[in-house]
Amino acid sequence: MAKVMCLAVPVKVISIEGDEAETEIAGVRRRASIALTPEVKVGDYVLLHTGYAIGIVDEAEAKETLKLLEEIATLSEVH
Amino acid sequence: MNDIILLAHGSGGKLSHDLIQKRLLPSLANPMLNKLDDSAIFEASGHLAFTTDSYVVSPIFFPGGDIGKLAVCGTVNDLSMNGAKPLYLSLSLIVEEGFSLSELDCIVRSIKAAAEEAEVNIITGDTKVVNQGQADKLFINTSGIGVTPFGIDISGANARAGDKIILSGTIGDHGIAVMSQREELKFEVPVESDCAPLNKLVAQMLNSSPRIHCLRDPTRGGLATTLNEFAQQSNIGITIEENKIPIKEGVKAACELLGFDPVYVANEGKLVAVVEPVDADKILAQMKQNNYGRDAAIIGEVTNEHSRRVAMRTKLGHSRIVDMLSGELLPRIC
Amino acid sequence: MKFIDEYQNSELARKLATRLAKSSTKPIRLMEFCGGHTHAIMRYGIRQLVPKTVEMRSGPGCPVCVTATADLDKSITMAHLPGVIITTFGDMVRIPGSYSSLQQARAEGADIRVVYSAVDAVEIAKANPKKSVIFIGIGFETTAPTIAASIIKAQKERTENFYVLSLLKSTPPVMKALLELGEVKLDGIICPGHVSVIIGSYPYEFIPRNYNISCVISGFEPLDILLCVDKLVEQIESGKPRVEIAYRRGVKPQGNKKALELMDEVFEIDGANWRGIGVVAQSGLRIKQEYEHFDADTTFQLNLKPVREPEGCRCGDILRGVATPPECKLFGKVCTPEKPIGPCMVSNEGACAAYYKYGISYE
Repeated sequence: MAKVMCLAVPVKVISIEGDEAETEIAGVRRRASIALTPEVKVGDYVLLHTGYAIGIVDEAEAKETLKLLEEIATLSEVH
Repeated sequence: MNDIILLAHGSGGKLSHDLIQKRLLPSLANPMLNKLDDSAIFEASGHLAFTTDSYVVSPIFFPGGDIGKLAVCGTVNDLSMNGAKPLYLSLSLIVEEGFSLSELDCIVRSIKAAAEEAEVNIITGDTKVVNQGQADKLFINTSGIGVTPFGIDISGANARAGDKIILSGTIGDHGIAVMSQREELKFEVPVESDCAPLNKLVAQMLNSSPRIHCLRDPTRGGLATTLNEFAQQSNIGITIEENKIPIKEGVKAACELLGFDPVYVANEGKLVAVVEPVDADKILAQMKQNNYGRDAAIIGEVTNEHSRRVAMRTKLGHSRIVDMLSGELLPRIC
Repeated sequence: MKFIDEYQNSELARKLATRLAKSSTKPIRLMEFCGGHTHAIMRYGIRQLVPKTVEMRSGPGCPVCVTATADLDKSITMAHLPGVIITTFGDMVRIPGSYSSLQQARAEGADIRVVYSAVDAVEIAKANPKKSVIFIGIGFETTAPTIAASIIKAQKERTENFYVLSLLKSTPPVMKALLELGEVKLDGIICPGHVSVIIGSYPYEFIPRNYNISCVISGFEPLDILLCVDKLVEQIESGKPRVEIAYRRGVKPQGNKKALELMDEVFEIDGANWRGIGVVAQSGLRIKQEYEHFDADTTFQLNLKPVREPEGCRCGDILRGVATPPECKLFGKVCTPEKPIGPCMVSNEGACAAYYKYGISYE
């Protein structure tokens, strides 16, 4: 009963069988269809939305965003 | 042929007697129940506490427990939340024709184990069987009698400004454990129901300080609903800190996945206590000595800055209102 | 939880708020077009973190809320057809239609099941071969490819009793419709995060180009939203509107090619009926003829009664951003989550439900 529909949660791909993957977040496991992300590999993080992986999380970009956030945060301390 | 419940098991005839003598009595035996009279006679003096609850949880088996364990703990806890020492329980079963006898045995074993842990006796009971399709496997009702020591006055209306709010442990375990078994959701969690009898924990708390103002177990509707009940009954405000609320990572993740707010998810082995500020640390220390209070924490306080509402200071530092649960979050959770 | 916790850091959030207070010098109005954002903005108290100069309005981003009453009535009428099992996402069940609701239909004996995924609906169809299983397909471009995939799967596995009532809608066309209506002056748009995972950033290019309005695609954690607001403020202050991706760990400019292919395989673009707006050209997805066997709309003949909108309900105005929930006379008094008058109070992503649940802080 996904109560928030736009919700897509980042989960880790543990194993892949055909067009399905076993995914995990903090020990919670769910099967997901990878019909939309057939190029996914074990160990990738995907965005899980209503039982489908809709995109692969770009870990490098995630790091960049955090760095950007820290930079902006330090700017707040200037003048 | 003999491995399922038949209508005849509820008819009062030979099969009924067999069921009681061979399957129920051996596990639950005690002098009063063994008499198998129409009513159990006992003596008790003092302020008597009396409560009743019905259990329709689906599915009946879930990680960390089953409907039997729930039926004992739920009623034991209801008595404990008024400071009563639970003494005796009644046990009524409504069974669907075709229910597996081995599953029934399993549940009876759970009932026995829970009753032993809580040190209560089941002294009277009833078994009915209905046609297939007229009950969902098994429904249980338990009523309980306890004795409240004189001088103990615990009520949702007793909270006063300045009081501290103590939560006995992690929230959301039961609701998430049960949901994980629901066919339509198909997810696995490393989380078990927290279903447990809390009477000994309460006894220890009362020993360390008799000045406990409110006690309640946050079952249906979760922590949020219980705190709102206190706020309304006592006509005061409550402020809690999100950072201080104990919650397991797996429960947090399951709530994210399902879009649930953990403060609304049911618990069956936790309590919320509202206590005098000078006693808070002492009571907390005592709770942590008990297995069911090891994760206890002071999560907030009672205030008269606002009235009949619960506010939560979030991780981000802003304040949000935590209303009572509206609508139905999780059907048939207990 | 990885990729969630890091973006909830409260210290960073406070510093971003301080920086925003300095960099925002003039009053501006931003609108989000995603129910997930509406919910997150209320849940994380974003309005209290951004400076007073930044006004945030909710747009038509809640898929349940924007479903027209006529379409809801259609779903309820289908529920009463003999041999039909309705499968739907949770929130639809409680929305009041003209005469009834799915919840009421269920109490009257209709077989209505809440599912988490379109795939589950296909499974139900397989398990009940003698019934017609109709999936109420609401959602935007995040959900559309998943429904396309489920139809393709049903075809491959020859599950012929599976049907979809496509009420799917597309976000960029409704953005255009609202901007053309011109009822609410906007300086910036918080573009939906997961819709953009699918469609990328190019579909929004027309907005800065034709309307001079800034667009930034945002994630859903508090730091994501604050970063998005920071970028919007920067664009607006410098007078250089463009489309920017703040949610870079999820969104690529070209979107998800495979998902777009799946959508294209099963659906074609058509007009769609939006609550509060009416029919918006090219804003809906209809099942193509090659898959019409799965189309509930063309398969089932229905007798529909005239549509009745709930009296006094301002969901339409709220969806267009013309009013905020507290401005609706029914809000919190007559219309509450227990007794909702309109969908904005029922759905978790509805603006009214979000306002009611998280409350305007009493501080």
